[in-house]
Amino acid sequence: MELFVDIKRRLPGFQLNIKFTAGRQAIGLLGASGAGKTMTLRCIAGIERPDSGRIVLNGQVLYDSEKGIDLPPQKRNIGLLFQNYALFPNMTVEKNIAFGLDHLGKRQRKEAVKHQIEMMRLEGMEKRYPAQLSGGQQQRVALARALATEPDALLLDEPFSALDSFLRVHLIKQMKDILNHYQGVALFVTHNMEDIHSICSKLVLLSEGEVEASGSRESIFAQPPSLSSAMITGCKNISAARVYAPGQVEALDWGLKLKANAGMCTEEIHHVGIRDISPALGWDKENVFSCWPSFVSETPSQMTVYLSMEKQPSSVDDYHLQWDMPKRQWLHLKDQPLPWKVCLKPEKLILVS
Amino acid sequence: MDFSPLWISIRIAAASTVVVFFAGLGTAWLVAKYQGKTKGLIDGILTLPMVLPPTVVGFLLLVLCGKNGPVGQLLKSMGTQIIFTWWAAVIAAAVVSFPMMYKTTRGAFEQIDSNIINAARTLGAPEWKVFWKVAVPVSWPGIISGTILAFARALGEFGATLMVAGNIPGKTQTIPIAIYYSVDRGDMQTALTWVIVIFVISLVVMTVMNYWLDNQSKQGLAGIQ
Repeated sequence: MELFVDIKRRLPGFQLNIKFTAGRQAIGLLGASGAGKTMTLRCIAGIERPDSGRIVLNGQVLYDSEKGIDLPPQKRNIGLLFQNYALFPNMTVEKNIAFGLDHLGKRQRKEAVKHQIEMMRLEGMEKRYPAQLSGGQQQRVALARALATEPDALLLDEPFSALDSFLRVHLIKQMKDILNHYQGVALFVTHNMEDIHSICSKLVLLSEGEVEASGSRESIFAQPPSLSSAMITGCKNISAARVYAPGQVEALDWGLKLKANAGMCTEEIHHVGIRDISPALGWDKENVFSCWPSFVSETPSQMTVYLSMEKQPSSVDDYHLQWDMPKRQWLHLKDQPLPWKVCLKPEKLILVS
Repeated sequence: MDFSPLWISIRIAAASTVVVFFAGLGTAWLVAKYQGKTKGLIDGILTLPMVLPPTVVGFLLLVLCGKNGPVGQLLKSMGTQIIFTWWAAVIAAAVVSFPMMYKTTRGAFEQIDSNIINAARTLGAPEWKVFWKVAVPVSWPGIISGTILAFARALGEFGATLMVAGNIPGKTQTIPIAIYYSVDRGDMQTALTWVIVIFVISLVVMTVMNYWLDNQSKQGLAGIQ
């Protein structure tokens, strides 16, 4: 099972120039809005035509500009899950799922539909129309419809973006189970890191139509190779930086001098970032700083504290770092005397060159 | 009173609507899918019968189908002709009402979420299936509107019909033509009767269509999300 993609296409404002290989493991195509993710999926599915390049799925050439090969979407055997699900509004759930199964006999078709209905836990919904379903149910029908044809590759376009957060968590878990059974190539497109963190072990980061980085999720997370990939992967604290001594980095926007992992400090480093801030404990000696909360914002599940480092904030806009923490931690922290002590652990620093 | 104009009108309008239904549907789909540079020109040509004076359409049909026209010559060699027959009236009504069907249906096709059409394609559906099983059912309200507008237009057709089919009572005399000749004779009573008849038919058809469409959108199943 292998999908090879190497395509170029002119888009308004930039040039799409994508190259990657995907295998059995679910792969995540991550990028900001307008980075060319959806266009890439559409080119692979055959709905849009690249200007040039090559797309090969399991040894079969789907598109090759040099050889003049361009299979229509009907011949590619690729399942595409659309962002808005694109169910046929004039057909019931079972008719939607059976749509791509004309090649099967009546009995087999019925069994395939029944199998998908059970897999997606849509029992009792068979005769309903899409307009009578909730967002989560619609998504399951769309997934069932795509999987029923047993596609060689499954492309998912922002599969969780239209769902509320409760459903999201539930469906992400369900998606993981479904993909465990799926034998083909699965490709997720999203701008939201949280969506695919638990599903995709391999990532391809896109920025302005180019591949910024690709590789395992852990390595890209620990050391994003560029500023934009640090931002795409959800690093909220980023500062311009310079190395002023071996193993010593000055974070210019934060006004902090940080000790960093000496092996990774090179002259080319221009930004430093950190995902996890930890409260300083007694034995922490390095990169411990005083800080004052500038303001606090609350979501149902967590708190975000905006910190002013090494000085008291002059206004609510005067802050350097953003510290996300669970509510419980906040309840403990808020009664601690000011200034608080936090630790930016050297091994947690992201150095961008 | 001779009621033949009523039946002739309805038969001509019905026959022309059947032709226009399929021709308009197919053309609308092809033009909606077509993305080339000549799209504007093609659309202009197809819409022309709606904006041209009906007498111009009649004149062109006469030139085309008359004794010396290419179609007329062909029919002549087969031992027949259509000018001043019922068929000529059907052709005139069809040409004039075609843009109603084409325009309305094309609008409906272009309203379809393109992802739905693409989804059908990625599921392996050949183009005919995409058309009949997805595009047409999803656009049904628009298609019905177009059909009814085309029928109403065909029913009211006068100028082109008179030029190519003439005024032969019992054969090609439709209601609008009957009105014209009644007034011409000074028989205002007969003219008024036909005016009322065509008034009622048109109003009933349009009203029924409006209620039906309203009902469809309330059900929300016909492609409206």
